[in-house]
Order: sequence, then structure tokens, then C-alpha cells
Amino acid sequence: MTVTHNKGTGNRTTRVLGILALVSMAAVIWLGLVVTPPDVNMGTLVRLIYVHPAVATMAYVAFGVTALASLLYLFPRTRSWRWDRLAGASAEVGVVFCALTLATGSIWGRPTWNVWWTWDARLTLTALLCALFIGYLALRRTGGAAEPRAIRCAVAGVLFSVVVPIDHYATQWWRTLHPGDTLDSLHPLIHGIQLWTMLLSFVAFGLVYAWLVLHRTRLEQLESRLENEGLALALAARRAEAAPRAPVPVHNGPPGAVPVAVGSAESAATDGGQP
Amino acid sequence: MWRDAVLIAGKDLKIELRSRVATNQVAPFAIIVLVLFGFALDPDRTILQTAAPGLFWVAVLFCTLLAVQRSFAVEAADGAGDGLRMSGLDPAGIFLGKAAAIALELIGLEALLALGIVFLYGVALTGAALLFATAAAATVGLAACGTVYGVLAAGLRVRETLLPLLILPVVAPVLIGATQAWEAALGTSTDNGWKWVTLLGVFGVVYVTLGVLAFGTLLEEA
Repeated sequence: MTVTHNKGTGNRTTRVLGILALVSMAAVIWLGLVVTPPDVNMGTLVRLIYVHPAVATMAYVAFGVTALASLLYLFPRTRSWRWDRLAGASAEVGVVFCALTLATGSIWGRPTWNVWWTWDARLTLTALLCALFIGYLALRRTGGAAEPRAIRCAVAGVLFSVVVPIDHYATQWWRTLHPGDTLDSLHPLIHGIQLWTMLLSFVAFGLVYAWLVLHRTRLEQLESRLENEGLALALAARRAEAAPRAPVPVHNGPPGAVPVAVGSAESAATDGGQP
Repeated sequence: MWRDAVLIAGKDLKIELRSRVATNQVAPFAIIVLVLFGFALDPDRTILQTAAPGLFWVAVLFCTLLAVQRSFAVEAADGAGDGLRMSGLDPAGIFLGKAAAIALELIGLEALLALGIVFLYGVALTGAALLFATAAAATVGLAACGTVYGVLAAGLRVRETLLPLLILPVVAPVLIGATQAWEAALGTSTDNGWKWVTLLGVFGVVYVTLGVLAFGTLLEEA
């Protein structure tokens, strides 16, 4: 346990989450591909219902979390790097889910609507959302001083998330090819086991989202630590390499540099031991 | 706030008048874009005439990018941005001033582009009230939105490449709304154009409000 703290971004929570995500995903795959019956109209295509809505919802959730974390960062009273990292991690995972939404939607659209893509309000807005958050991720990578960058990103994160509710209500506000709220409209029509599989798919993708975001947040934390303590850690590593071969006392090394490095390297090493 | 806005708008417009970047570079660029669309779609008048509203507004979007970049490039040189921050002017006023200057430049460019689609594409401009209302509402939205994202990207080394990525998806609704409204005005679609003008108006109001509220924070960090 203590060793892995420095080697990865996992801990007991993420491991439990990861196992739960794997188990629930396996259950969704089994239920979705084997147990549930094909649809009368759509045939075996209906099985995409266990992927597409859940992935789309998680993209919304991810961007919502980005907006919330950005707001918390913008409020002076709750300003903390934790929120900045969470916003970034969630947006990154959100873009992946959003791209998956577009891909699975296209795969669904080709046989049912006979086109890969149509300029429908829901589809267009989802593509727009994806593009906006790709821009957000580009904005995060602009470098420069950390705090101005974080503030810029937080403002952009809040602004871009405005599209999420518009996208969600697009099927009600405009006439679209895309079906409306699936759970509401399908509830009486859908087979019992289909409904449960679909609900389980939301849980499974939710767990995957949480697992990814936790790891990504920790990775950002490690990245910023590397930036701050990288030199001291590198010196400590070189010293550790040299130590077994030539156990020379510290004061025999190059003058000046080494004693300074020892102090900072040791403090960095003890800091690094904290989870 | 209003006095500061007038001051800033006057300053930006005076710079544009004296440097002639808008007239000598952006305006010819706008016409070149129209000509390129002509090449791309072949000199087939019917396609160009049907597509004219969309092409017009795409050209306006490109001009918006240039105008916004220019508006913040003048603040980047000689520490002008620091001067602006230290000037004690109301940030909301600075925002409104810069947005107003961009809007006025855009209106000039739109007039030029409108002449362009009349002469190059042979479009007959009809439904003047709807055309003007659309142009006014869309320009306010483009200028306000451009100013918000312009200050967001100002001071970054990658601003030239980042700005289009940030602005173009955001102003996509303006492109859609303005194109639909113009198509209605020019008679290429039977849609009710005023509905789209309302959408453009809402977009403009939202971004003006956002800019007034957020510009101070963003300017501090630019």
C-alpha cells in the first residue's frame, strides 16, 4: 500500500470503484447482448440503448461537474486548486464520453435513419458541445502562470456548460429526428429486463466516469507536483542511484549543490509519502 | 460606465482610422473570401444566389475573428493593456467600448459584403426591415461574444490559433439564426425570419450581460 502511493494514481477507493465498474459493465454486456430480447422494429440494433443514452448522460454529468467545480473555483471563499483540477479532469472525460455519444449515435442513425449524420438540433448541439470543450481543453494547455490560466478556464468552463441544458431540452423545443427523453417515453413500451439493463448501464458508465475522473484528478495533482518539486526529486533519484556504489559521505560531493539538494529532496520524499 | 465606454470606443476607432488596418486589410480580406466562395461553387449564379445568406454570414464570422484579434493586439503592444488596467476606467465600460468599436467596424464590413453579394453573386436585396434588424442583432451578439473570448485569449502565446477554436463554435447559433433570417428576407425560404431575429437578440443580450459581469475578472488576468 505505502509503495503504490508514489507509483500510481490509485488507492483503495479507486480500486473498489474500478472493480465495481468492471463487474457492472460485464453485467451490462451480458444482459445487453445475451439476455435481453431484440426489438420488434429495430431488431438487434436496440441493444445500443444500453450504451448510447448512458454515455450521453455521463457527458452531460461531466460537463455539469466542470461547471460546478469552475464556479467553486471562481468564488473567492471556496477557491482551491482541487476545484480547478476536478474541472479539468471532468471536462477531459466528458469530451471522451461526448465523442462516444456522437459515434454510437451515428452507428445507430445509419440503419434507422439511413444517414450517418443529419443536421438535427440535438445532434448539432451535441457536436457543438464537443467542439466547445475541445476548445476548453486547449485553453487549459496554454501554459503561463497557473492562477490566471485557472481563472480563464473556470470562466470558459461555466460559459460553455450553458449549452448542456439547451442540448437536453432540444428535443422538446425543436422538431427533431432524435427521440425525446428515452426513459419517460419508453417506460410503458419497454420490456422489464430491458429497462433494468438500461438503468444498470447508467450505473456502470457512472462508475467508469467516477473512476476515470479520480485517476485524472490525481494525475493532474502529480503533474503540478512534478512541476514544483521535479528538480529536487530528480536530484534525490540521482543520489539514490549513486549511494550503493560509492557510499561516500555527503560533504565529499560537489560543494554547495548537494547539501541543499539533500534537504529539499528529503522533505520532498516525506511529502511524497502522504496520500 | 457609459462615459468610459464612449472613451474606449472612440480610442479604438481612432486607432483603426489612423492605422487603416480595417480598411486596408480586413475589408479586402472580406471581399477575397466572397470571391473564393465564387470560385469554390463555380460561377453558377443559382447556387451562389441560394447560398448567398450563408456565405455572407460565414464571411462576417471570419471578419469578426480578425476584428477581435486586432482589438486585443493593440492592447498587447507597448504595455497598453497595463495602462488600460491601471486607468481606473470601469471594466464594464471598457467591455462595452471595445464591443461597440468592433460592432461599428463589423457594420461597415457588412455593408461592404452586402454590396459584394449584390455585385458578385447577383443577389437582389429584399425585405430591408428584416435584413437590417437581423444585421443589428447579429452584430451585437458577435461583437459582445468576440470581446469576451478575445480578452479570455489575450496575452496567451497561442491566441491566434486558440481564438478561432473558442469563438467559432460559440457563434454557430448566430450563423444559423442570421442565415435563416436573411434567407427568409431574400425569399429563399418561407420560414418566419423574425423568430430568428429574436434568437439573435437573446444571444446578444446574454453575451452583453456576461461581458459586463465577467470582463473585470478576465481583464485582471489577461
